[in-house]
Amino acid sequence: MTSTSTVALIDYGAGNVPSVERALQKLGVTSKRVTRPGELAGVRAIILPGVGHYAAIIRVLDAHNLRAALLDAIKRGVPFLGICLGLQALYSCSEEASSLAGLNLFSGSVRSLPTTAKLPHMGWNRLHILRTSQLLAGVSESDYFYFAHSYAVAPSPGSNEVVATCSHGANFAAVLEQETVFATQFHPEKSGAAGARLLQNFLGLAARMSEPA
Amino acid sequence: MTLARRIIPCLDTDGARVVKGINFAGLRDAGDPAELAARYNAEGADELVVLDIAASRDRRPTFLETIRRVAAELAIPLTAGGGIRSLDSARAVIRAGADKITVNTASVERPALITELSREFGAQAVVLAIDAKLDSISTAGSGSAAPHWDVRIRGGRDSAGLDAIAWAQHGVELGAGEILLTSMDRDGTQSGFDIALTHAISSCVSVPVIASGGAKTPQHFSEVFSAGAADAALAASIFHDDTQSIRALKQFLASQNIEVRLPC
Repeated sequence: MTSTSTVALIDYGAGNVPSVERALQKLGVTSKRVTRPGELAGVRAIILPGVGHYAAIIRVLDAHNLRAALLDAIKRGVPFLGICLGLQALYSCSEEASSLAGLNLFSGSVRSLPTTAKLPHMGWNRLHILRTSQLLAGVSESDYFYFAHSYAVAPSPGSNEVVATCSHGANFAAVLEQETVFATQFHPEKSGAAGARLLQNFLGLAARMSEPA
Repeated sequence: MTLARRIIPCLDTDGARVVKGINFAGLRDAGDPAELAARYNAEGADELVVLDIAASRDRRPTFLETIRRVAAELAIPLTAGGGIRSLDSARAVIRAGADKITVNTASVERPALITELSREFGAQAVVLAIDAKLDSISTAGSGSAAPHWDVRIRGGRDSAGLDAIAWAQHGVELGAGEILLTSMDRDGTQSGFDIALTHAISSCVSVPVIASGGAKTPQHFSEVFSAGAADAALAASIFHDDTQSIRALKQFLASQNIEVRLPC
């Protein structure tokens, strides 16, 4: 397998890296775990999985000098999928670790969901789809996805990247899509057939995007 | 859009095989964990729990291998527990493929364990398992109508000397992201979940509560969700021996206007 056909999984020690790996394997795709900036060269797509504390993902990205390499790859148009914390990391900052700067690809901050609802928001919930999305092709508002988080991004009127929201005490960004950048607040790797469909869509998009024009 | 109520099959294992029996007495084989996991994943289970009820040190590598085999069959979350006493033993279980870990006796003996696990893996990965038993003496003696449940440890054998509601609240303050609540009074009886206990805990904590112990009929599940305010319900033997299919159970709950994720 050549490096251009490889899907890179950023491995910052998150618990769900093996699950994402297995989910990709079931779709017939081999991924490689990436911990150093040089390993991102020539990959066909990048997945940033994450679960747990916001500080953990940001600290490791910086400790391994992955921040600049990741942003550079995204800006070059390498298809990117962020999962859970991998979505939150794309924004400016998070209330969960307010001293740390996010990747700031999108403006806005990650905040705690209202405590009027039980937290963490844990379990299967449905989406409110705002507009047509390539990532959500074949996915409907009757499909359930698995969420496990207490923090989220509130969609603002100007936030064009949000293509679907979910609600738990308040509306929050559930799916992002802007050009070659995709992200989900839920865990597609844990979301049964609907999640597999979404991952398949991402892999298909990545394959088409990496074809020579 | 609201969260669907979750149905969670539980695999009690001796490390390698699924076993059935009450309080370690008369254990009998109930199947291969990976085979059952694959079946439940296909039938529409929302999560799976796998426990090492023996939790002996020398069987640990066997249990970790069981977690790997079970995780390989799943496209849903996996919780594993039994014998987790430290950050290292939790890490081994998570690396083997579990998304969440449950702690019980070890967290009563050393509550700081909950905080350590929560800091390392996030609150969403830390499930506090509480085995609760109605304390009949205090209920009769106090003259008050409010029942009191005692926390039991070491597989239900010993009293922890803690009030179940207070311990649940303390566990959440320490960093638990979910409570797995087992009624020792109902466990193995198939007479229905303990609605009063489940409601008492669920209404006093800010995290989701999984009700366990006593399930047999679809009506039992319906009651624990509506009257018991449970966020999820767990059962073992009724799923293993095909007394109850998960698919049919979810269809029944949907007909009762309880939101569930119906398998396609």
